[in-house]
Order: sequence, then C-alpha cells, then structure tokens
Amino acid sequence: MSNVILSLAEIVGENYVSSGEEELYFYARDPGLMPAHKPDWVVVPKTAEEVQKIVRLAKKEKIPLVPMGAGMALTGLIIPLKGGIVVDMKRMNKILEVNEKARYVIVEGGTSHGSLKAYLEKNYPRLRHSIPDSPATATIAANMMIHGQGRLTQQYGFNSDMVTGLEVVLPSGEICKIGSCSISPEWFSKGAPLPDLSGLFLGWFGATGIITKVALRLYPRKKMRDVEIFVTDKEDLVPDIIYELTHTEMAEDIVIFSQPLPLIFKDNHHITIFITGDTDEELEFKRKMLWDALDGFIKSKDGGFMWVQPAMKPILLEMPQRSVSRFADVKKGGGFEYSGPIILVERYPECTRKIVELSSKYDLGYSGMARIIGRGHCMMFGFAFTFNRADPDMMERVRKALHEVSNYALTAGGVFWKPTVDEQRMAIERMDPNTRNLLKMIKKNVDPNGIMNPGNWEVN
Amino acid sequence: MYTLKFDEDLCKTCTTCDCLVMCQYMDLDIDKAKEEIMKISEGEDSFVLQDCVTCYGCEEYCKRGNHPFYLITERREEKDILTSPRAITKQWINIGEPQGKYKVGEIKEKMLSFGFMPEFLRWVKGRLFEDIMPSFIFGQEFFCNVVYIHFANTSIIKERLPMVMDNFRKLGVKEVVCMHDECYGSFASLAPAYGIEVPFKPIHYFEYLYNRLKELGDEVRPLNIKVAYQRPCSSRLSPDKHHFVGDIMKLIGVDLVERRYSNKNSLCCGEVLRMASGYELANDVQKRNMDDMVDSGAEYCVFNCPACYAALAQKVAKKGIKPIHIIGLCRMAIGEK
Ligand SMILES: Cc1cc2nc3c(=O)[nH]c(=O)nc-3n(C[C@H](O)[C@H](O)[C@H](O)COP(=O)(O)OP(=O)(O)OC[C@H]3O[C@@H](n4cnc5c(N)ncnc54)[C@H](O)[C@@H]3O)c2cc1C
Ligand code: SF4
Ligand code: SF4
Repeated sequence: MSNVILSLAEIVGENYVSSGEEELYFYARDPGLMPAHKPDWVVVPKTAEEVQKIVRLAKKEKIPLVPMGAGMALTGLIIPLKGGIVVDMKRMNKILEVNEKARYVIVEGGTSHGSLKAYLEKNYPRLRHSIPDSPATATIAANMMIHGQGRLTQQYGFNSDMVTGLEVVLPSGEICKIGSCSISPEWFSKGAPLPDLSGLFLGWFGATGIITKVALRLYPRKKMRDVEIFVTDKEDLVPDIIYELTHTEMAEDIVIFSQPLPLIFKDNHHITIFITGDTDEELEFKRKMLWDALDGFIKSKDGGFMWVQPAMKPILLEMPQRSVSRFADVKKGGGFEYSGPIILVERYPECTRKIVELSSKYDLGYSGMARIIGRGHCMMFGFAFTFNRADPDMMERVRKALHEVSNYALTAGGVFWKPTVDEQRMAIERMDPNTRNLLKMIKKNVDPNGIMNPGNWEVN
Repeated sequence: MYTLKFDEDLCKTCTTCDCLVMCQYMDLDIDKAKEEIMKISEGEDSFVLQDCVTCYGCEEYCKRGNHPFYLITERREEKDILTSPRAITKQWINIGEPQGKYKVGEIKEKMLSFGFMPEFLRWVKGRLFEDIMPSFIFGQEFFCNVVYIHFANTSIIKERLPMVMDNFRKLGVKEVVCMHDECYGSFASLAPAYGIEVPFKPIHYFEYLYNRLKELGDEVRPLNIKVAYQRPCSSRLSPDKHHFVGDIMKLIGVDLVERRYSNKNSLCCGEVLRMASGYELANDVQKRNMDDMVDSGAEYCVFNCPACYAALAQKVAKKGIKPIHIIGLCRMAIGEK
C-alpha cells in the first residue's frame, strides 16, 4: 500500500497527490452535518487518461475511490466512508466544445457552473445553461450526478434531463461513451433513439463510474430578465397558484420561500416568478399573462404581487443567487444543511407546516424553499436549517430535525434528493423489491469490487 | 382610545362635496357624493369603501377642515374591508415593526427625521444640511406609521404612534424637520385628528430647504431647466406646504412645467395601486402621468417621496426624462453633485 502514493504521483505528478494531514483533514468532510471520515490519499487528475490510470490502480489494489467536485452537495456524498482515494476533479475544468446551433456544450468532468456561465456570457451571449443556486464553484458533472435543479428546471426538468452525452471511466478502467457520441461525433442526445444508458450513472453518486466529460443542453438567453413575487398567507392556496402560473408557460423559473426572518417575510409564502424577454414588450406581455392568471386570488384578497423595489431586484436576479449562500451563514459558523425531498406540489401546505413545527420543536432558524420542477410536475421542497459549527447542541438539534424530515418525506410520498447514506438505506428498504434487485444487479456487475464511492446505493 | 375628530354637521351643510366630486378614481356628482359621504359618516355601506384607491386626495379637496379620507379608512377597518390582499397588508405591517435597528445621529433640540426611508441616509448631505446634520433619526422606532392608512389599518397607527412619540420625548427633541410628507402629515395633522399629543414642533423639509436656499443667497445659481413635479399621495396630508415646491423652483431658477396632472390633479406613482388592485389601473395611471410629463416638455422629473422615486425613476428615464429627488436638484443649484 505504501506504493500507492508513489503510483499516484507517477500518474498525476507529485504536486497533485497528497496524504498530508492538512489535506486529509479537509477532504474528510463537507459543509453539512455528516460525520467526517478521512481518506488515505487525495489525488487531483488533469485528464481522462489519468483518471483511467487511477481507477485501474484502485481496482488492482481494491482501494475505494470517491469522485469529488466542489463538495457542496452537503449530504456527505463525497465523504470517503471507507477511506481510500478522493479523486478531486477540479483540474479537469475545460470547456471543450460549444455547438451553437444545436445548443449544446461539452465540458470536462470538473468544470464549474460559474466558469461555464462566464464563458457563455463572454463567447455565446445568446446561450445559457440551467445554473443552480449553489456557490459558483459547484461542478456541472456532480450537479448532473445528483439530479440538480437550476434556473431552467421549471421549463425543462431536472438539470440531468438536459444532459446530452457522457464520457465515463468505468470501475473496470475502461472509458465509455454514452449517448449519440458513442456512434456519432455529435453529442446531441444522451439516449434516444438508443437504449438510454445514462441511467447507469446519473443519480448514482459516482458509485458506477467517474464522469470525465459531460454534454448538456444550452437554451436561448434573452436580453432581459425580471422578477415578480406573489405573496399569500394561505399555504393551502399555493398548489393552485402554481397550477395557474405554470399553465401560462410564461415563467423562466418559479421558486417559493417562506421564512420568519427578516420580518418582511414573516407569515407569508413568496412565490418568486422569473421572466425573460428580448424586448420590453415581450416582458410586459409575460407579466400581464402572469398577473391575469392570478387575478382571482388578488380579487379575493388572498394574495397579491408585492412591490419588488428596484434595489431588491439585482439581489433576486443574480445567478447563482448569493442570498441562498448568505442564509447558509445566518447563524455564523457556516453550518447549513437542507433536506430537499422531491415531492408533489400539492404537498406544499403539509411541508410548510412541517418545517414550522420542527423549527419550533428544535428551536432552530429555518427557511422553507421550493423549486418547481417542470410545469408543476413536482417540486424540490428544501427544509433548510442553519447552524453554528461551534455549537454541538445546535448541530444535534438540526440532525434530529432533518431525521424527522426524512421520515416525513417518505410518508408524504416524496423521494429523497441527494440522500445521505442513511436516507439511501431508508429508500432502498422502501423500494419495490424487484427494483431493489435490479439496482443491486447493476451495481454488482458494473462495480464488482465495490470500489466506487462505497457506502452509496449499496443493496445488502 | 384615540378617536377621529370628524364633523358630520360640516358635511350636512356642505354645498360642494369636493371630497368625492374631485376624486380622480371615481365618478360622482354632487348629489351622489353627498349621499355617499353621509352614508359613510353614519356607518352605512357605500361603494366608496370598496373602490377608493387610497390616493389621500380628498383630505386636500375638503375645504371645510374635515377628514374624509381618515373617515373612509376608519369605516373600512370597522367593516373589515381590505384595501390590499391580506398578505401584502401583513407584509407592510411587519416591515414597520420596531426591531431595535434604528439610527440616531447627534442628539440636539432640532433634528431631521428620515422616518423609515433609508434613501435619506444617502441623499441628505452637503451644505444644505450643514447646520443640522449629523442630527437625524431613522428607523421603525421613529416611523410615523401613516402608510397604514393605505391599508385601512388605523389601529396599528394608534397602537404604534404613541410609542413613537415617547421615543421622541425621550430624546428631548424640540423641533423635527420631517423629510417625508407622511411624517409631517402624521405629526401635524393625523396625530391631532386622533387626539395624540405631539411633543415637538414638526417642520416640513420643504420649508427648511427653502429657508436654507435663501440663506445661501448668491451661491444659488439658476438651473434654467424644465421640470415636472411628481406630487406624492402623502403631500395631500399637508396641502398647506405644497406651495413650497413652486417657491423652491423659483429660487433655483427652474421652470416648473404646467401640466394636466399637477397640483390638485396630481396622479399617484402607481405602486400602491398595483399592490392593491393589480396592474391595469397602475399601468394606466403611470402611463397617463408620464405621457403628460413628456408632452409638457419636462427635462427632469423631480421627486419628493423616495417611494415615488423607486416606482417611477427608471420608467421616466426610459422616456428620456431625468429622475432626481428635490434635494438633489437643490444641491445642483448650489454647485454640488
Ligand atoms: C447554498 C447552496 C445552494 C444550493 N443550491 C442548489 C440549487 O439551487 N440547485 C441544486 O441542484 N443544488 C444546489 N445546491 C447543492 C449542490 O451544491 C449542487 O447540487 C452542486 O452542483 C453539487 O456540485 P458539487 O461539485 O459541489 O458536488 P459534490 O458534492 O462534489 O459531489 C456530489 C456527488 O457527485 C459525485 N461526483 C462528483 N463529481 C463526479 C464525477 N465527475 N463523476 C462521478 N461522480 C461525481 C460525488 O461523489 C458526490 O456523490 C446548493 C448548495 C448550497 C451550499
Ligand atoms: S368631507 Fe368636506 S368636502 Fe366632503 S362633504 Fe364633508 S365637508 Fe364637504
Ligand atoms: S382617497 Fe382618493 S380615491 Fe379615495 S375617495 Fe379620496 S380622493 Fe377618492
């Protein structure tokens, strides 16, 4: 085993491998609540071939491998539960190709959302991608891996639905192409009209392979964006409001938040509706459609559009929205975690009552935030709590609250998003037995040595 | 409890009923106006209670010292008639809740009141204010709360205003220069109408600006520009101070353009209408107002209320008219940027 570090250094160069205490400390944890666990080595490859060699080495030595992006998923998915090698993908950050007319981009497996956004703004001002509100360093491949959601999710579904091709290093060490790119030089589809093999990787948290390239759809970037916020004090009305809004097909994105602080937000549900347009007229038309759609709620005084003052707009229109990260540090000490089940929009009233109940039971600051996925097909409801890392008691209370959320989410018909290993276990237990067997069979066949991000999606 | 001093007998003998006849958002002749105001006064239902958009105009239109708008507000509250959606009303009430985040500058007998409008923390500077700054107060603790008459919620005013008065009393301040019409209107008119004692002399900032400009004498250079004035709803609460706009413009050599929607016929900035009843009326009012500014040949739109500024500044700029607050305009006239 002592040769591992030398072998890794041979692959990536000695500057990009470490087993030093400082690195092991940092790579043992993420900003969430899961207990830390140290890796034995950290390696930062630059090319797919280097990744391939690392995987072959790990396979030979039967060492666990944990691919890592920015480590922002928060649910411990990059914590090396069984030690081994953390493969930090951040040096694989090239934007390889943009097909402007077919509107897709191919990036390397460690490219961040922030750099793609900046690149497109500079070089392809009429194109954009579905950026999530995570810190800009969050990586695209990881976001697809966890079925993230971004600004265009209300229009086009999960960010992973926008993938149009993958290059993956399999646990065997082979490099495998997924989608149209397996046959054609073009990366326009991840599956159709072929058997869609992307499902062998997306959602698996690196437990079936390491993504070295990912292609995803780009969309028209309009010249202007604006935002309206509809507020109501009746949570029971939110699903109907969303139904009306999504019916118009006018919104770019719809997110809902409710939180007790600052006081301006107390006791209300804020449905934030983003719109885009190339002209004032286009924006105005969309705005009118949205206002008209909710006219009944306004007339009955059950809800209304709040005045979003010009000073507030840049904050709301920012992408990613930094206020989300700012909330993450409300309690100071940088602790933030949310459980975000994917669940029907009609469960919004229940979810929101649950978060209020838990915050009062555990005396915690909270923010309930939901992002609409598709035209109201479902939503991600984030039960978010902030905590001070220097306050173990507060951390324990958050842990308990989130545990209750997990139980609640399942009983309410929800499915965990980026689940912790405990939640994965709960999901697997609840799963249809045949589905569970299929999951097991896939994992066993793709990763027979069980070296890829062990602990995740393991059916025992 | 604080009660409104409204004299029904004045209405009985009123021959003009200007309060409702002059209303720009409803169409009533004298007879109808008399009938409705009497109904309101006697606590009966009236369509006015549903349709009034809270422009405050009738407070100015009534020449007989009555308070028709405060009355409408009280009656709406008694009858649980909301002017805006509940959630919006709650939101605004929450915003004004004291949170201990107020700011007090140097405490002197004469101080500026910024109310709860953070814009003044940036705008109030330079030689116009050198003999009073840094004596100012800002924050919910000193907030006049008048805005809640837009939401037909006088109980919150009656609940909070005495506490606000106590906070002023604790400072020992004798004169307060109000940077916003609502503050002035509250301290000079609404509080007395409710029988609430005001422990200082309120001064309208127009009067202060006018006197300062006179003191600065030759240093004031004529600006030689054409300006349209966006009169805010709150200015209706102190119509006796409205003449200062013209007086100040004269002093700084500004041509205050004649236009349809000025003085008594001024139109609301539109945002309260938007929150309360939707975009159609708001858009219509804003469009008519801005078209009128353009037709009048105004180069600048001068604002008095920061909320009007927030509502209209970008929109008038798109029409080629430069937005500026009256403080900025006066500072321009003494060569400050
Ligand atoms: C304040 C805040 C706001 C957020 N808002 C959003 C949001 O709006 N939408 C959203 O979707 N998410 C959001 N997130 C969650 C998360 O940050 C993002 O989903 C982010 O894209 C995850 O990327 P990452 O690089 O940090 O992933 P990591 O945590 O590094 O990795 C996530 C998973 O992917 C695996 N993985 C990483 N790279 C690869 C690879 N190349 N091949 C195979 N597996 C790999 C890891 O092993 C791990 O299992 C937010 C997080 C925070 C802190
Ligand atoms: S409120 Fe004034 S204007 Fe209206 S009827 Fe009474 S006295 Fe006349
Ligand atoms: S406040 Fe304005 S809208 Fe209401 S009745 Fe008086 S003048 Fe008419």
